Amino acid sequence: MFLIPKPVGKFFHRMASPPYFYDFTGRLIPWLSWIFLFLVIAGLYGGLVLAPADYQQGDSFRIIYIHVPSAWMSLFVYVVMAIAGGIGLIWRIKLAEIVAISSASVGAGFTFIALVTGSLWGKPMWGTWWVWDARLTSELILLFLYLGVIGLYGAIDDKRTASRAVAILALVGVVNIPIIHYSVEWWNTLHQGPTVTKMDKPSIHISMLWPLLVMAVAFKFYYVIAMLQRARTELVVRERNSQWVKLLLESK
Amino acid sequence: MKAARKQRLYLIGLIVIGVSLAVTFALKSFNENLMYFFSTTEVVEGKAPNDRLFRLGGMVVDGSVERPEDGMLVQFKLTDYDKTVIVEYSGILPDLFREGQGIVANGKLNSKGVFVAQEVLAKHDENYMPPEVGESLKKKL
Repeated sequence: MFLIPKPVGKFFHRMASPPYFYDFTGRLIPWLSWIFLFLVIAGLYGGLVLAPADYQQGDSFRIIYIHVPSAWMSLFVYVVMAIAGGIGLIWRIKLAEIVAISSASVGAGFTFIALVTGSLWGKPMWGTWWVWDARLTSELILLFLYLGVIGLYGAIDDKRTASRAVAILALVGVVNIPIIHYSVEWWNTLHQGPTVTKMDKPSIHISMLWPLLVMAVAFKFYYVIAMLQRARTELVVRERNSQWVKLLLESK
Repeated sequence: MKAARKQRLYLIGLIVIGVSLAVTFALKSFNENLMYFFSTTEVVEGKAPNDRLFRLGGMVVDGSVERPEDGMLVQFKLTDYDKTVIVEYSGILPDLFREGQGIVANGKLNSKGVFVAQEVLAKHDENYMPPEVGESLKKKL
């Protein structure tokens, strides 16, 4: 690929080597954890203490600081999973397969949190826990896609074959992502339209917006940390018969 | 890129495009059923079903909320800023229900063209602001 600058290409090439990946991520995770901790404390303090109450919803609106970042992440992680799965399918890179499957459970977690927090908010605000409108239904389908990916991977013993099957399922499910995002614009839904992710100016006051953005970045860091930890475990299990894992175990 | 990889790339591209097209057509043909509610204009124009339950969405008209007798019965007008429908409901209204607020009601049209709701849900809008900003915005309007 001629578009990618040389050092970046070199970095990815090195990262595709299992021992290098294991070593590098092992040193990276503590740094990421500190950044995550800082961001999540700042974001929660900003959201729960500094931000003013909403003019209509009062303090109940503060669930936004968990609900919205989780919902964004549920879509983001799915796209990462599908792209990593696609790279695994085309170039047969083992680490891409591992990144794809390690993303699935983290993404499923985010989707679940988005659904549950939305439901808790919906009861007092809308007057119902759940409605079958286009936004809620498509997000529920996303949860089932994640669970399908996890289940399919577990059902096939040969993990390389499993990864290929999972990648195809993930790629087919990508269709759902724009549907979730645009559902509130394409159809009449009970769920409100986008507040931040639209072409126009965000319709949220700046004092309420900044903690939301900080939380969104914090959740991204959390995803990377959780995904890398799963990926490292998965990698060692898959490579248990190789020389570098034996050396690793002996040195411990 | 090697030939085999290129082939796999094209195959994956074809799968994604094919599935997207299939889903697009499916959603287009089911468009009506995916609408969570009808607008008041659609109801006035007779597009909503007469014989079964459906959902009606719109804004509560300012100053239209009335309680004709003592008790739970509430009557108000719903509008999409074009056509207006009268709604009757008896029960507890959600927190966010107020005049000028969007709501979705589930119910049936009676013979007089009044929408008798069995359930009323508040539809929140996408605006978030502190109370002071909300107040000053109201004064400007």
